[in-house]
Amino acid sequence: MRVFIFTVLVLFSLPGISNDNAQRVRQLEEKLRCLVCQNQSLADSSAELAGDLRREVREQVNAGRSDEQIMAYLVQRYGDFVLYEPPFKPTTALLWVGPFVLLAVAVLVLVATLRRRRRAPEEPALAPDDKRLVERVLGPAAPPAGRDGSAR
Amino acid sequence: MKRFLLPLAIFILLVGFLAVGLKLDPREVPSPLVGKPAPAFELPILQQPDKRFTPGDMRGKVWLLNVWASWCVSCREEHPMLVALSKRGLMPILGLNYKDKGDEANAWLKQFGNPYDLSVVDADGRIGIDYGVYGVPETYLIDAEGVIRYKQIGPLTAAILEQKILPLAMALKK
Repeated sequence: MRVFIFTVLVLFSLPGISNDNAQRVRQLEEKLRCLVCQNQSLADSSAELAGDLRREVREQVNAGRSDEQIMAYLVQRYGDFVLYEPPFKPTTALLWVGPFVLLAVAVLVLVATLRRRRRAPEEPALAPDDKRLVERVLGPAAPPAGRDGSAR
Repeated sequence: MKRFLLPLAIFILLVGFLAVGLKLDPREVPSPLVGKPAPAFELPILQQPDKRFTPGDMRGKVWLLNVWASWCVSCREEHPMLVALSKRGLMPILGLNYKDKGDEANAWLKQFGNPYDLSVVDADGRIGIDYGVYGVPETYLIDAEGVIRYKQIGPLTAAILEQKILPLAMALKK
């Protein structure tokens, strides 16, 4: 009985291991760029080179190399470009920080504009000349009505 | 008037950036291999499959490694230039026959001429991966110490050959 349980456990755990690896391979392929069709990941691309690189990734995962080692292997050959997520470096700082800088500038401009608007004296809705013109055409101003201007 | 100047300035700046961006070639990925030793390999020679070649055999020489294949259309485009270059005898040109079939590769060389001192066979493309090959043809200039000094992705042009590769090779020879 013990042998039976052991065998069953082993049998169930085996595909588990290879499933884990397959998942890791898949995740790595999603993170790596195909250099032939540059807007596709290795996982999506049907280019021949992508197939070769997928084979390379699969073999290295099965050989027990870590994700970092495999990424480093590819970066060493193809440069940072092979990574979908570029690393933070002096040359990529603008790329990473730029949007936040733009956002900060936009918020500052917005706040400044709003403040300036609040401080500015409100212009009268109608210049006195215009008001007189309106009264002449429409008759004297009606007493203040409801909010929407209609008399009830 | 003044309030239109700023958006106009930003617009012109943006157009400037976009115009420059339009001229850049996204296929030109800077190779991390330039300035690094050429990856070692040992591969059979195309014309003599029982013999093998390693880049170490070229120590002391400045040479070109050209990645080619009979299925590669752009290789035909640059090929006459390589043939002409080999006739000038300025430096050894070696071929890396990438993911090709032996008989087709030989027939191709017979048809278009063979500029290579020898070609090695990388049938499954593994050495190509070591060299960061992704767009055949590619050409590497390798110096006497075995360091990659220049990498051309895509077909060679007369301008690149005369203005970049040859002057660099001559300088490296001294």
